[in-house]
Amino acid sequence: MEIERRSLREKQVAARDMLRGDLEGEDLERYVEERVVTTTFEKVQNWARANSIFPLTFGLACCAIEAPISIVTARYDLARFGAEALRASPRQADLIILSGRVSIKMAPVVRRLYDQMLEPKWVMAMGACSSSAGMFANYAVVQGADKFMPVDVYVPGCPPRPEAVLYGFVKLQHKIMGSPDQSWRRRYDAYGTEEWARGGPRSEPSPEASKAYEEAKRSVERLREETGEPSVA
Amino acid sequence: MPDAPGVELIRGEIDRDCPGAVLATSFDRAQAALIADPEKVIEVLAWLKDQPGHRYDFLSSLHAADYLPAEPRFAVHYELINRDRVERIRVKAMLADRGEELPEIDSCVDLFPTANAQEREVFDFFGIVFRGHPNLTRILMPDDYVGWPQRRDFPVGGEPVTFTYSEARYD
Repeated sequence: MEIERRSLREKQVAARDMLRGDLEGEDLERYVEERVVTTTFEKVQNWARANSIFPLTFGLACCAIEAPISIVTARYDLARFGAEALRASPRQADLIILSGRVSIKMAPVVRRLYDQMLEPKWVMAMGACSSSAGMFANYAVVQGADKFMPVDVYVPGCPPRPEAVLYGFVKLQHKIMGSPDQSWRRRYDAYGTEEWARGGPRSEPSPEASKAYEEAKRSVERLREETGEPSVA
Repeated sequence: MPDAPGVELIRGEIDRDCPGAVLATSFDRAQAALIADPEKVIEVLAWLKDQPGHRYDFLSSLHAADYLPAEPRFAVHYELINRDRVERIRVKAMLADRGEELPEIDSCVDLFPTANAQEREVFDFFGIVFRGHPNLTRILMPDDYVGWPQRRDFPVGGEPVTFTYSEARYD
């Protein structure tokens, strides 16, 4: 659906045209100016989404003390932004706050949690470690969580103050309200990375995805031949 | 804690029962240590554990160290405690680097069940194989990880960071 971009005055004129018949003249003008605001459905939807985010109850390391533990307390009160309902299941959550360093053993788990969340979904990389590995330039820590998942907001700090997390959260709200489309694949131009159910009636993968799948399959078969492991297919 | 002559006395006693098992002793910073022959380290540990009058029967820690470039390069440290007298003694077994082949030492899980996880950790990080361990697999790193990350010649990893002293200068 194309979003109409018109000035407030144009919208009010359009609303006046729709109301014509009940009121006349000066009364109609005043009524329209006072009562009627026109918008698009997408804008209202995004406004509602931005103000009712359910973060995932999820902590990775020491930053988890600041968020999500600290920001939901009375002093900082995430409820002011409509996000006080922390969900313990990724199926019910909209936002995952990566609070701490992601070790290479934890990364597949985090990615799996992210994949289990329903669209639309957002990611906040909280603190230096999940943004860029911070001081952990070593073998055990993923060098920034955006190596394996899309990240919407980065909050620097070691750890960030709860105020900084809230500021990042407000930034995320602005991002949600400003963006007409909420699918992260469209946000990050990540088509062709879909997983799909093979054999289903409408399971047509994109050409890029099927090519990547065929390549992965061939390399697995090659490995099987080399190691002498029996093929599953 | 045995003092410097005390370690020598313990060494003398072990030498009577298992000759050649203790190669040397050290007493450094008030810490007593026996340097044991890696092939006979289990004999030394069993002796310290069961010998009446000594009874260092609690293995508080088992860990390894990489002394590169010293030779022999690796050491497995056993920290033993006598819980009655609260005395500690350390047993070190020095292991040489064998290139592609991993260094090997006997497992002490039969003596001290607590060594199970700690030997796995040493294997995980240093690639020291414990013969006779019931389940010698990686414990902290992912199972498909390649390399022994706590060895000193293991690359630090991560991404290179440009500091002012390492910055490339172009004139």
